Amino acid sequence: MIRFPTSALALGVACASLSLSSHAATEIEWWHAMGGELGNKVDEIAEAFNASQSDYEIQPSFRGDYSETMTSAIAAFRAGEAPAIVQIFEVGTATMMAAEGATYPVHELMADHGADFDPDAYLPAVTGYYTSNDGDMLSLPFNSSTPVVYANRDILDAAGVEDVPDTWEALGEALSQVVDSGAAECGMTTTWPSWIQLENFSARHDIPFASHQNGFGGMNARLQINETAAVDHIQRLNDWQEDDRFRYDGRFDEAAPAFYTGRCALLMASSATLAGVRANAEDFEFSVERLPYSSEVIDEPQNSIIGGASLWVTQGKSDEVYEGVAEFFSYLSSPEVQADWHQFSGYLPITEAAYELSQEQNFYEDNPGTDVSIKQMTSVEPTENSKGIRLGNMIQIRDVVEEELETIFNGNVDVQEGMDNAVERSNDLLERFQRSNS
Amino acid sequence: MATFQRHRFTPWILLAPQLAIIAIFFFWPAAQAIVQAFYIEDPFGLGREFVGFENFSRVLTSGEYLRAMGVTALFSATVALGAMGLALLLAVQADRVIHGASGYKTLLIWPYAVAPAVAGVLWMFMFDPNLGLLSAGLESLGIGWNHRVNGGQAMLLVILASIWKQMSYNFVFFLAGLQSIPKSLLEAAAIDGAGPWRRFWTITFPLLSPTTFFLLVMNSVYVFFETFGTIDATTGGGPGGATRTLVYKVYEDGFEGYDLGLSAAQSVILLVLVGLLTLLQFRYIERKVQY
Repeated sequence: MIRFPTSALALGVACASLSLSSHAATEIEWWHAMGGELGNKVDEIAEAFNASQSDYEIQPSFRGDYSETMTSAIAAFRAGEAPAIVQIFEVGTATMMAAEGATYPVHELMADHGADFDPDAYLPAVTGYYTSNDGDMLSLPFNSSTPVVYANRDILDAAGVEDVPDTWEALGEALSQVVDSGAAECGMTTTWPSWIQLENFSARHDIPFASHQNGFGGMNARLQINETAAVDHIQRLNDWQEDDRFRYDGRFDEAAPAFYTGRCALLMASSATLAGVRANAEDFEFSVERLPYSSEVIDEPQNSIIGGASLWVTQGKSDEVYEGVAEFFSYLSSPEVQADWHQFSGYLPITEAAYELSQEQNFYEDNPGTDVSIKQMTSVEPTENSKGIRLGNMIQIRDVVEEELETIFNGNVDVQEGMDNAVERSNDLLERFQRSNS
Repeated sequence: MATFQRHRFTPWILLAPQLAIIAIFFFWPAAQAIVQAFYIEDPFGLGREFVGFENFSRVLTSGEYLRAMGVTALFSATVALGAMGLALLLAVQADRVIHGASGYKTLLIWPYAVAPAVAGVLWMFMFDPNLGLLSAGLESLGIGWNHRVNGGQAMLLVILASIWKQMSYNFVFFLAGLQSIPKSLLEAAAIDGAGPWRRFWTITFPLLSPTTFFLLVMNSVYVFFETFGTIDATTGGGPGGATRTLVYKVYEDGFEGYDLGLSAAQSVILLVLVGLLTLLQFRYIERKVQY
């Protein structure tokens, strides 16, 4: 009988595993909502970071759409299993901010863990949405976009419209021409109506979406869209719907196919939709334009505001993990990584350096239309009304607003009544948020 | 009796796995929901405030909730009656087919194997206002189809999708019920001069009543809870809340709005409502069932 030297073997295994664990990289979980091509790009970024050093390993994990990602991160936090980094969409910002014991503000993280961090390197128009009133960055912007106009030039040519007008007033006439000439059956359509036609409309015209600096000034903010020029704008869209100059096509991105198929001449959508437009606009010429403004409301339009998501860090992890997160965030903010992500995805660059690098690489000259969004964002200094929107329960508020817009557009209520309902219901949600977080 | 007393614990041991599953997956979450319904809580669970019945009174006085009740009543009645009526019609027809009967049956049972969300996506594509084949067909007939803004069309779409999904289940049971009705009874009635219509209402339908009653209870549960996936994938409760049923509102407030207290209060109300409905069904309709 052969006696196996089990004790020696066990010792050997123990030593091997010991030496392995002493060199093993610290694992850092990153939950995100980027599916498809964008998801592959996220994996690529993480792999490149992991290969660039050996102390930390970023593990990206796709968790469904924005809402699902946030829900699962919250559930995981309640169970004590939260990921170190989680991607949260912009409307979730106030909810995350209010959860002070749950999140680790990025500016503190960077200061505590010795990463070289210069807040001035970031584009204020982008980071403003995610900073506190004192100017401290709370989460790291990851994918930010802003709405622009995509125009089908073939339809406009057929209708005899030479340029896409800058103002809503002139646009109304141009779209009449489009519809009356039969060049297209519908003038314009829009994705994300609340974001584009109310939140951004208000920012661009320097009028408040909500009181207290759109919520940046405190939790007692209440909606004001029923008493501003926003009401006139919705009235305009409602009138346009009557004569097919406007077509309502859903709350999210469902309107895009109406543009791709040539049904509508104009599409208002996120700047990050550019890749989709390019892929689908096979048999017509298109151009990218800035969002129109109403000359009756403002002489020089303000900047538009962003949408998209940012990266939040959760509390309760070890120092090693946080050091890794800080290092990863520095890596993510480097001009090369940012410029690559921006050019690939159509999302805005978050740093000045990444924007400059893209200019040096002639990216904007080679890809016309890609800088419209950045110029629209950065051409003017943001005001109180155009810095962004920070309201608790914003996810539900946006649902409520969309819902009331739908009841307006399907003719069940008149415009003022619908806007009043939206404000009343939203303010109820704001009061409730204030209570649950005080 | 004697044997039972000797095995006093054996039945409990045998029942234990099933009881444990019910306790963990039903009673425990239900108890949690009842507790949560009395609190206002932030999403992360960092703090909660006891508010008594405030969540309930908010729910019951909110216009949206009452509207969702109306939507649910219309939706449930139409889907349950439609799914059962059509299934009965198809089962009676399939029961008479002689050639290729199994082929027809397989095709009719097929939709049951489709998950509700997949069924929803299927119908969504067919009726997509910009890309859908059927919506394009309707438009060529001069009927403008846009269920993203037209509430009536949205309702019609979720009703159609939900009926289509549930019909197969009902069909299987009705067919089995029909096949167990003795042919001699029907033949005797035919000899006595009863026409097909009369034979159906005086013999077939009463003898099917246990099946019908069972299906009524099952379909009620289906329309209240399981149609969630179909609604989520087709209309998302819109436009303007036109297709938002009670269970969809529970989901919206809880999983999209993170208002756990309000959502929990709604699930408790829904639980009571469906419980009452089932009780009524057993109390009043079951009396008419002939076993």
